[in-house]
Amino acid sequence: MNENPLLTLAGYFAMLSLFAVGGANAAIPEMHRISVEVMHWMNDRQFADMFAIAQVSPGPNIIIVTLIGYHVAGFAGATIATAAMCGPTCLVAFFVARTWDRFKEARWRMAIQAGLVPVSLGLIAASAFVLARSADNNIYAAAITATTAVVGFATRINPLWIFAAGGLLGLSGWL
Amino acid sequence: MNDSSRLHSDNRSATIRPSLSELFRAFAIVSVSGFGGALPWARRKIVEQKGWMTAEEFNEAFALSQFLPGPNVVNFSVVFGSRFGGAPGAAVALAGLMGPPLIIVFVLAVLYAHFGDLEVLSRILAGITAAAVGLLMAVVAKMAAPLFRLRRDWAPLIAIAAFIGVAIMHWPLPWVFVVLAPVSVACAWFKR
Repeated sequence: MNENPLLTLAGYFAMLSLFAVGGANAAIPEMHRISVEVMHWMNDRQFADMFAIAQVSPGPNIIIVTLIGYHVAGFAGATIATAAMCGPTCLVAFFVARTWDRFKEARWRMAIQAGLVPVSLGLIAASAFVLARSADNNIYAAAITATTAVVGFATRINPLWIFAAGGLLGLSGWL
Repeated sequence: MNDSSRLHSDNRSATIRPSLSELFRAFAIVSVSGFGGALPWARRKIVEQKGWMTAEEFNEAFALSQFLPGPNVVNFSVVFGSRFGGAPGAAVALAGLMGPPLIIVFVLAVLYAHFGDLEVLSRILAGITAAAVGLLMAVVAKMAAPLFRLRRDWAPLIAIAAFIGVAIMHWPLPWVFVVLAPVSVACAWFKR
């Protein structure tokens, strides 16, 4: 099979962008499935690394697709993956935004809104599960995860501090 | 265009219309300040500093962006930009939001391609990932709490089904979505 990787990237991410209800975090398991399990573009650790880089770099977390695209096919891959992930959903947003206000009180609109929340909740939980399996290789990593989960839930601390603490603990050689 | 005089006028009125260059600059600034989610920064800029939207209008536009598929903040930039400047407004807001982060992440991608195998780097990234996963779990807990409080008994079942399908069974997301989303919407319609 001599498939063009750029076409594969474009096809996968364009499709994914239309099903990622709940944003970048909901799309992580599918990206992992495709990049690691189906296409073998990278291993588990490399995927987790890219997730971490996307978290600590400024801007939308969806920027992880830029990193995946670059890993697969250089600058062209990065550009195409990003455009494919943002293009279709931007077109949908543009056209829906013009008609949405008219249906503010419509019952079907509230049903769709309420119905999609549990789906994205399940998808984001799946993201946490998939990433925890590649990140929490030992008791120390699992302890960091458990601690940040509690701190993140109980406080409104800036995530940057948590990332910094995690990075320092990693650097110290405990993981 | 000098809007400094209007900046300090009535913040409650949302009648100030940004120009295209203001739209671009606002979203560019939001994008690079928005570590770990750009929403609070977008709200501060648009509602509190510029007065381009009231808090209610902002919530409404953001609810729409969350409901649409794809990255929420990206959707928001399109929804917001198109409201004030049609298609050019949407394009300019999107370019502002994505441009600066893309430049930064291109640099990071090149660095990772060269140094990704360094042990020091991979230790740091492992620590960050472990922390980021914890934050993701906190997000899940925060999202789940109101579902249980509302006693929508079907909602936790849908969430668990989506989790099992994607995380345990490794089924493709589109299949899981096409099956679960209609069921979930139907439950919301009939049992609310």
